[in-house]
Parts: sequence; C-alpha cells; structure tokens
Amino acid sequence: MRASRSPLLADRLPVWRARLVLGVLLAGSLALVGRAFYLQGIHKEFLIGKGEARYERVIEMPATRGRILDRHGDVLAISTPVKSVWAIPEDARLTPAQARKLATLLGIDAREVTRKLAAERDFVYLKRQIAPDVATQVAGLKLPGIHFQNEYRRYYPAGEVAAHMLGFTGAEDAGQEGIELALDGQLAGKSGSRRVIKDRRGQIVEDVESIRAPQDGKDAMLALDAKLQYLAYTQLKQAIADHKAKAGGIIVLDARSGEVLALANLPTYNPNNRSKLSGAQLRNRAFTDTFEPGSTFKPFTVALALDKGQVRFDTPIQTAPGRLTIGSATISDAHPHGVLSVAQVIQKSSNIGTAKMALNMPFEDMWTLFDQLGFGQPLKLGFPGEAGGRLRPWKRWRPIEQATMSYGHGISVTLIQLARAYQVFARDGDLVPLSLARSDAPPAVGVRVFSEQTAREMRSMLEMAVQPGGTAPRAQVAGYRVAGKTGTANKLEGGVYANKYVASFVGFAPVSDPRLIIAVMIDEPSAGKYYGGEVAAPVFSSVMGSALRALGVPPDDTLKPLQMANAVPAKEEM
Amino acid sequence: MARLNLILLIAVLLSALAVVSSNHRARKLVTEFEREQERMRALEVEWGQLQLEQSTWAAHARVEQIARDKLGMHPPRTNQIISLQP
Repeated sequence: MRASRSPLLADRLPVWRARLVLGVLLAGSLALVGRAFYLQGIHKEFLIGKGEARYERVIEMPATRGRILDRHGDVLAISTPVKSVWAIPEDARLTPAQARKLATLLGIDAREVTRKLAAERDFVYLKRQIAPDVATQVAGLKLPGIHFQNEYRRYYPAGEVAAHMLGFTGAEDAGQEGIELALDGQLAGKSGSRRVIKDRRGQIVEDVESIRAPQDGKDAMLALDAKLQYLAYTQLKQAIADHKAKAGGIIVLDARSGEVLALANLPTYNPNNRSKLSGAQLRNRAFTDTFEPGSTFKPFTVALALDKGQVRFDTPIQTAPGRLTIGSATISDAHPHGVLSVAQVIQKSSNIGTAKMALNMPFEDMWTLFDQLGFGQPLKLGFPGEAGGRLRPWKRWRPIEQATMSYGHGISVTLIQLARAYQVFARDGDLVPLSLARSDAPPAVGVRVFSEQTAREMRSMLEMAVQPGGTAPRAQVAGYRVAGKTGTANKLEGGVYANKYVASFVGFAPVSDPRLIIAVMIDEPSAGKYYGGEVAAPVFSSVMGSALRALGVPPDDTLKPLQMANAVPAKEEM
Repeated sequence: MARLNLILLIAVLLSALAVVSSNHRARKLVTEFEREQERMRALEVEWGQLQLEQSTWAAHARVEQIARDKLGMHPPRTNQIISLQP
C-alpha cells in the first residue's frame, strides 16, 4: 500500500519533527495542569474570596434599644426607626421645581436645599431623622443623588415632666444621662450581621453562613409611677412660679419597698428637643446639688437621744433665753420658747433644744448615725455626678460644730439622701436601699438604725409638727394623718450666710401605716415667703393628698375640713 | 454492565435536576422570607409609632386639661368624700 502519490508526502519527514510537536503539546498540557493545580489548590482561598466579594454582601442588622416603661407599663422612652436624607451634591442636579418639591416634603426652606446642594462637598445631610413615611414620599420623587440612611431616634412622650429621671441618649444611641446611662447595659442592644448572596437585582437569595442575630436591648421597667410623676412635677412647677424661686426638687418614695415613685427637678428641659440646653436645666438637682438641710435634720438628732435613753418624749428642756453660748460662738432661737418638752422641741423646731440634746452625746455617736443614714457618701444609683454631701470626720469636730450639725447646719446633703433617711421614721426604724427599677419582691428588711419604739415616738412628734401649733399646718392632708418636718436654711455664699434661703419639707403619710415619703426642696423663694412651712409644705400636702387617693390608700383620719386656712404656722428656726 | 451504567446515568441526571430545582425553590423561599421580614420591620415601626401616639393622647397633662375644661371635673372637696368602712 502506498502512502500517497503526492511528491510532498513522498519524502519521509524527519523523526525529530514529530517528537518536537509531541513535546510542545505535552509541555502545553503540563502547563495547563500546573496552572489548574495552582489555581484550584494553592491559590484557592484568595480566589474564592474574590469571587464571593462579587456577589456576597455582609449586612449590618441594627438592634433596637429597649424601651423605658413606668411601673404600669406606660411608655416613657421608645426608639423608633427614622431616616436621614443625605445627598452627593455633585450628583444632585435638581431643577428648581424639584428642589422646591423636596424642600416642601422635608419641611425646610427651598433656598436652604439649593445652598446645601451647591456646597463643595461629597456628602451633605439635607435633613436628619425624618419620619419613615415622609422618606418614602421623598424616595418616590426619584431624584438623582439623594440617598437615605436608617437611624433610630429616641422619643420621650412625657417630655420635660420626667426629663431628669430618664436622661437621654447621645450619638450612637448610647445613654448619656439619668436612667438611660444608669441602665445602659440593659437597654443597649448588640447589632448583628449576616452574610448573604444577592442577585443582580440586589435581592437577597441566600444566607451564606449562620446569621449573627442582633440582640435587641431589654425593656426597663422603672419604679416610677407616671401619674405621681406628673402630679409631683406640676405642683412643684406651680410652687416655683408662685414663689419666684430659682430652682426646686421633689421626690416621692415608697416607704415599704424603697422604690422611687417620682422625682422631678426644676428648671428642666424637653428631652425631645435638646437644641439649646444650659447646665442649669440639665442638672439633676435631687442627686447632684447639696444644700444645708436645716431643721429637717433635727429629728435624727432627737431620735438618737431618745434611742440612747438620754431623754424621753416628755423630758423638759430649758431653751430660755433663746441664746446659747458654746466656746466663742453663740447659737440662738429666733423666737425664745422657754421650757419645752422633747416633743415640743420638734414641734416648734427649737435650735437650742436640739443642740442641748446633741451636746450630751459623744461626737462619734452622732457621726455614726449620720453615716448609717447615708449622709456624706453618694447613694451610687448610677446617676452621673451624684454628690455625696459633706460630713466631716468626727475626730475634727468642735462642740460648736456638733451643736450646729444637730440642727442641720455645717453639713450638706442631697435631697435624695434626705428623703431616703426619713425611711427610719416612716418604717419602723430601719433603712432599705432605694430602687429605681420596679421590684416585685416583698417589702425588704432593712438595716436597723433605731428601735421600733423610737420610730413610733418620732412619728407622733412629727405629726405634731404639722398640726396647729407646729411649724407646718399647711402640710395637712384631708382624710389622712401626715407627719413631717420643715426646714429653712440660710444659704452660704462665699463663706457667709446670704439673705437667700432654701425651703424644704420632708414627710410621710398615712401615719398609722406610712406608705409614701415625700421630700420637697425649693431654692431661693423670692416672693416674700421663704419658710419651709409656707413654701414647701403646701407642695407636700397637695402631692401627698393626690398621690394617696391615686394609689387608693384608705384614709386613716376622719374627713373634717382642715383648720389650716387660718392657722398661722409657728415661727420656726432657721 | 451497559444497562447498569445507563441506569446510573439517568439517576445522576435526575438528581442533578432535583438539585437545581430545590435550589431554585430555596431561593424563592429566601426571597419570600426576606419580604416577610421586611413586613415585620414595617409593622414594628408602625407599632412604635402607635405607642408614641397613644402616649401622646393619654398624656396626663392633656387628660387633666380635658377633664377640667371640657368636662368640668374637679377633685372632690372634703365634704364630698364619704369614706366607707369595709
């Protein structure tokens, strides 16, 4: 058989050429295999990553911050999603008509929109935090270069009424003040993320790996009662307006559980609109401002004397002639009283009577009492800037200081400390920690400070103080037996006592089984009246009355019209 | 032998088609799930706004004002209270 008749093929090709071709083909395929091995084996990770980056996306899943609720579940603070509108000015070439339409929807001036879009920047916010439905309308305009960003906004429906208690959140939704800060760990959520595959239309088609689910913050249920808070706030506001006072505070405590039912300060602010805030508005005075408690402190000294068995409620004490010299200093009663019983010392609020009882005690006993009552150190409830007040170590006391401290001068306290310390009278001589959160546990057993007997005796003395002949008949509440003590302290300014006062009243009711403790402090009343019995006691009375009725506490007194309309408060000491 | 191979080939083809279709179904379900989640978020937004609205309508200041001004209510005076013993 002949291979071919072609002369070209007649010649036998040299063998090397066949081998060369074979070799080249072999080398080529080897190179391919090698390359494939390199890509599939050695370089695999990198390439998979690159590939996934083309269609995989990591999506942030924001967590919502927990709500703050009052003790009945009413919303006090809630986060709702809002949108912020931003633009890339270079892309956002709007016709004047479009700009006008946009401005109307956003509720801003059309010129402002034009001005912002003319800015030489890559990014500009047109309006932050608008309602989602408005954002949908804006998106419906399909304007170029206008984008949206999801954000959360915190709303406080109660507004300024509970501003200091709740505080507010700052950037990144983190707590900055008040409860928002104190309970931030509980309220704040942890945002999650998920990796997904998106198709070319941007729709999610598959989850790639397990989702890191966002953890929403937990709701916080406070001890606060929104109704009592509103009552306390409005009454305090009224009193501050009537007496042209500079500031004030009020606290309502549950005497049985130590829960803080209401706490209001003035001046206040609207937490929903914090564009212009001053430090004075922002301060949570009940926690951060200390003042000399004045006469509201006397019951502690007297109770200690009773508890130690140094006096009985009817032990006579000579307070005439209304002056008492200790070392080089002299203390005085503004209105000399003569011989008073221990109970009358409280009722008439005699400085000298109290000081005489104090001077019979060792310094250390008095200091230990004040320390046990929580004075001189912050309560550590988690509020920012909580003050501890001033309680000097007893080793450096002098007798005159012991005397003045016994009636609340030369010592400084915060309103919340004072309210808490009155637990020893409202309860049967013990002290429980305060609670901002609602506690469903049975009434706590506290740290005993006085005996039950002393607490009972003090209750009846403090009840005398609000009856005709006492310093605060205006603190009475129809249908309920109340007890309490007034305080009027001269303010120190630059080391000297100025002609400015702090009027206060701390009390509790019903006396037969105390439920509520209310402390009122009014700073610099300047409309003529400044005694605690005239300025602070009426606030106590109206808040206590409404609060007891709101809580459905059964009356423990006959309902007789109060004889306080013409009752003149006994002149008290300062 | 050839028959077994043919059966296996058909089996492989069928299972490959099944994979494709179940993948497709899975993606459709994911899309649906996404849509439902979107709806859930929208409902949450609405719920939040309704809560806000409720607390605005039920604000104590508003209730008090309406009770006083519109309905002419006032707190009972002392002589209007009768206390009942249980």
